[in-house]
Amino acid sequence: MRAWALPEHLEDVLPPLAWRMEEQRRALLDLFRARGYELVISPLIEYLDSLLSGAAAELDLKTFKLVDQLSGRLMGVRADITPQVARIDAHLLAHNAVNRLCYVGSVLHTTTDSFHRNREPVQIGAECYGVAGIEADGELVQLMLDGLAAVGIGDVQLDLGHVGIVRGLACAAGLDEARERELFAALQAKDGGAVAAVTAALAPSLRDAFAQLIRLYGGAGVLAEARRALPPLPALGAALDDLDRLAQRVAGMAADVAFDLAELRGYGYHSGVVFAAYTSGRSRAIALGGRYDEVGRIFGRARPATGFSMDLRELAQASPAC
Amino acid sequence: MDSTVTLALSKGRIFQETLPLLAAAGITPQEDPESSRKLIIGTNRADVRLIVVRATDVPTYVQHGGADLGVAGRDVLVEHGGEGLYQPIDLGIARCRMMVAVPEGYDYAAQVRHGSRIRVATKYVKTAREHFAAKGVHIDLIKLYGSMELAPLVGLADAIVDLVSTGATLKANRLVVVEDIAPISSRLIVNQAALKTKRLLLAPILAAIESAVAAQRAG
Repeated sequence: MRAWALPEHLEDVLPPLAWRMEEQRRALLDLFRARGYELVISPLIEYLDSLLSGAAAELDLKTFKLVDQLSGRLMGVRADITPQVARIDAHLLAHNAVNRLCYVGSVLHTTTDSFHRNREPVQIGAECYGVAGIEADGELVQLMLDGLAAVGIGDVQLDLGHVGIVRGLACAAGLDEARERELFAALQAKDGGAVAAVTAALAPSLRDAFAQLIRLYGGAGVLAEARRALPPLPALGAALDDLDRLAQRVAGMAADVAFDLAELRGYGYHSGVVFAAYTSGRSRAIALGGRYDEVGRIFGRARPATGFSMDLRELAQASPAC
Repeated sequence: MDSTVTLALSKGRIFQETLPLLAAAGITPQEDPESSRKLIIGTNRADVRLIVVRATDVPTYVQHGGADLGVAGRDVLVEHGGEGLYQPIDLGIARCRMMVAVPEGYDYAAQVRHGSRIRVATKYVKTAREHFAAKGVHIDLIKLYGSMELAPLVGLADAIVDLVSTGATLKANRLVVVEDIAPISSRLIVNQAALKTKRLLLAPILAAIESAVAAQRAG
């Protein structure tokens, strides 16, 4: 054991990167404040039951756990701040019709999804509670893009999707849970062979729809193509209308806007549009967001909710040196 | 946005069988990796280059953006887990099968009764673990990097899980196939961010490869 050694995927941030991260943190918080977002600061650890309640259950394996000496109960170190902010909205600020909240802080992950990532991302984000319409999603996408511009990342591709499309088709197909999981894995990998195998027993129209779905990504033509290629289910029509309106709302804000209708990231808790920002030279999205209307239910109040988050460490790496 | 495309390939059979598909997309390598020691190989297109890596490393390079595209066998992808990758096209090349094999005379059916435990030597740890777990058989895994056929012969294992294409090596070492786990072929894999940020550059390459695969299958 060498005393200077840090555990894997943890790091000291040294000059000049540390100042850059701090400047970016300030620039983002100033922007959020100017746009009317209130800052909330949630605890680093809380009872595991609260941290993992509802849709956050998928964070279980990512969450460090310890025993509370005072109560004997299990506590978890937060792996994501979003569920905590949903708890604050549902329980503490419940008297407000609309809450616009922002946050910044370290989260801990037991493992990384990628060896370039840190196990202690510095999560920063903004959420809007209480507005159901696509206007709120548009506001958050704009805030996300303005935030990226404020930290010097202007060359952004915005990627839009909607979990209502896969959900509508899966619902019409009436798949059992195990099949549905297999199907989602195949869709997420855009693996046509596997999608065909899982959907072999379905009605031809649904089988075709799933086969088409993995091709429905790309530029502005995708939505029109989806209306032609997918069955005329009301849920799908509504989802495509949402995407149409959101695309119009954010037109011209990003260098490029694209769609991916088979994007299933966060399928467990998202309920509507999902959006992501990519920039060249980074092998993963630098900002992720979407609508998650049901997350507050477990804390006593399901509310329309939409928001995004980013990792300050990633932003500092992705932005040009200042 | 970036304006070059990097394709990760392994030497040998996958490289040889990928060449015609690349040619269909108008891409010809400028050197033969079998004779060249270069690891980055240019092509006739200034905006497309190839990198030559070990087969098992292809998914890793593509997942982390070291390459935008790659060609990897299904065996390698199952072991890797496929996270962060799109696998849009089954190229239908480098075909073989993932099999369980045992020495002649070994009573496999009796040994894998529910609840029993056997020793399995393999390079494909995840595949073997999932296959036997689905059957309800306990196994002790022995990870080897090559010549799996030897393990049961010297008493290191009861069975092996390995790729079989002609079966000649098994036969020469008096092993027999007792189970067929899955057909294997190579996939075109794509980095998820690259499919989005380099969409205009990648779309024609993917389309050309896909129609070449379809033509091969029909022909």
